[in-house]
Amino acid sequence: MRTTTGVADAHLTEEQIDALGAELDAIRASVVDNLGEADAHYIRTVVRVQRGLEAGGRTLLLFSRVPAAWVAGTAALSVAKILENMELGHNILHGQWDWMRDPDIHSTTWEWDHASPSEMWKRSHNYEHHTFTNVRGKDRDLGYAIMRVTPEQPWHPAYLLQPIYNIGLSAFFEWAIAIYDIEFDRVQAGTKTWDEAKAEMKTIWRKARKQLAKDYLLFPLLSGRGAVSTLTANATANLVRNMWSHAVIFCGHFPDGVETFDEARLENESRGQWYIRQLLGSANLTGGPLFHIMTGNLSHQIEHHLFPDVPSNRYREIAPQVQDVCRRYGLPYSAGPLPKQYGTVLRRLARLAFPGGHKRYGGSPAPVRKLRPRTGVRLPAVARRAA
Amino acid sequence: MAPLARRVIAAARALTTPLLPEDFVSVWRPLRSKRAPGARVVDVRRETADATTLLLRPGRSLPVHQPGQFVGLGVQVDGVWTWRSYSITSRPGDPLLAVTVTAVPGGLVSTRLAHHTTPGTLVRISEPAGDFLLPAATPEKLLFVTAGSGITPVMGMLRTLAARNPAALDGAVHVHSDRAADDVVFGPELRTLAARTGLRLVERHTATQGRLCPDALTDLVPDWTARHTWACGPADMLDDLTDHWDRVGDPGALHVERFRPPTWDDATGTGGRVTFAASGVTADAGEGEPLMAAGEAAGALLPAGCRMGICHTCVGPLRSGAVRDLLTGDTHDTAGQPVRTCVSAPLGGVTIDL
Repeated sequence: MRTTTGVADAHLTEEQIDALGAELDAIRASVVDNLGEADAHYIRTVVRVQRGLEAGGRTLLLFSRVPAAWVAGTAALSVAKILENMELGHNILHGQWDWMRDPDIHSTTWEWDHASPSEMWKRSHNYEHHTFTNVRGKDRDLGYAIMRVTPEQPWHPAYLLQPIYNIGLSAFFEWAIAIYDIEFDRVQAGTKTWDEAKAEMKTIWRKARKQLAKDYLLFPLLSGRGAVSTLTANATANLVRNMWSHAVIFCGHFPDGVETFDEARLENESRGQWYIRQLLGSANLTGGPLFHIMTGNLSHQIEHHLFPDVPSNRYREIAPQVQDVCRRYGLPYSAGPLPKQYGTVLRRLARLAFPGGHKRYGGSPAPVRKLRPRTGVRLPAVARRAA
Repeated sequence: MAPLARRVIAAARALTTPLLPEDFVSVWRPLRSKRAPGARVVDVRRETADATTLLLRPGRSLPVHQPGQFVGLGVQVDGVWTWRSYSITSRPGDPLLAVTVTAVPGGLVSTRLAHHTTPGTLVRISEPAGDFLLPAATPEKLLFVTAGSGITPVMGMLRTLAARNPAALDGAVHVHSDRAADDVVFGPELRTLAARTGLRLVERHTATQGRLCPDALTDLVPDWTARHTWACGPADMLDDLTDHWDRVGDPGALHVERFRPPTWDDATGTGGRVTFAASGVTADAGEGEPLMAAGEAAGALLPAGCRMGICHTCVGPLRSGAVRDLLTGDTHDTAGQPVRTCVSAPLGGVTIDL
């Protein structure tokens, strides 16, 4: 009996899906079983580099009236903020480094340089987004409650402006995420009370005001006569971080070739089906080692969604194995360079600002390679053993 | 703290938010961390073939301890911070903190500390803890019964008494068992100390004389019932002594220190799913596996101290379910009841507020 409802995986039998799940479990185990000193060294190095860049950048910016200091300081601070949010904050808050039992680098103690308090973000991101990935009506990250990213979302005139307000979203991404975590859409729908939302707003404000004071009041004041140039430098660093993380994150789930799912897909979803949904609902970015680190390894969005708590420095080595699984099971593995992927995202936002779009963006991508149907199916070697 | 210093710290915090200034400092000066205090190994002294004394200089102020207490040492083994407790052998107020580590066969941490530690190594340290202590007023007649590495907490006591109150050691008795004379940790120092203070040191070499049984002990120390006794050594020996004192002595006069938790017997816990409510971690504990062991294996960051049911650092309130205390055999199933996670094994599904 076939239990899947997607198109790209419709050619797989239940046995094949179970076998695929077993193969992915094995890939995960191969990494988790040999985490060790080298991994611990890696994350400590990233922490050291990030803190060094931040301290160095901030120090340079005390002399921000000197143009060279402004440029170098802003660059260092931008990179520091990107590393802090992505390779450190996002991944540590996923619990990727909890295995070290280090209270300094742990999902329960980490607080990040972001408007959204980590506790709140962990709930909306780790639980809701990573569990219900790309299920329409369940994964609020699909369009972040303000954008139409699939034709199945009913059209509304406000969406006409989405290509414009996407620019604003990009510039103020950290604030958008903080506000998004309050879930005003749920308050409006009556599934969340105003009091809850108000309490959360207070929590955010308690943290956000300190963030604001640091970047826009205290460091500028410390710069004396360079106050204004330090303020513009800090604003620039925040802007760079916001636009970069927005681009990377939008390329994770909204480029062409990514599938979204109907809520029915969740019914009795097996582990293998869950894996396939994560696979089909995510897209990778191609690039070199430094690029991967600067994206917080979200360039390996597929591997991250399959194994959200596997340390990010390991995604690169398992990507070829995941790709091989996809090839053997005839599943798409979506990847491309950032400019190309982001281009398809912007095109989609533009097209879906208008009604319709079913023809171009409806359904799901066809399977890469048709396997013969159930009877007489030749399972891949590993899958045969697992089955 | 001076108001000015407080203001400076508050200002520094506003600049490093959401981190603390120490998060930056500790990147370059790891020993300064308040959250994870560390110490540098400044000297390593080989005591016997498998025992080594480590002299530690803490990065922050020297922790305050009492003779007989232990301190937790954390080292990274394959990237994982792993903790063990060791008795402190230095005296309170000594400039360096000393612990003496005996390599346990197959022991990952003890072997590394005893055999592969060089001066300069950084370790993390916990607050000293433990209730194997001498009372404020030293009793007149003392008896120490130790075996093997069980000498370590008593060594801390003997060194302190020798420095502060040597008269208390005159007439005291110390019965120490080890395989042979060369295996005795602190052997030469003990013999000198005995000669100097009037402490009667009885060495029993088990390779030739066999294990010390309570009857042999009472023969060696006929006035044992008149003495306050501190004992530390293998579990078998401590069990024998405890039984003996329970039967014919004054159980209140016997103080014992156990290094390793008694081995869990078979029918201790059924295992089950443990939910750590505060950290949101769930873990499956095997039969007789303590909550802490299961939680840490699943990546939870739990309060931990001695890991053998002594120091109560790990205590957390039970929210639902039942656990068996592996030390006492008691079952706890009242919501809100604080339980020691290091020695409590679940009886079915358990939720704890940690």
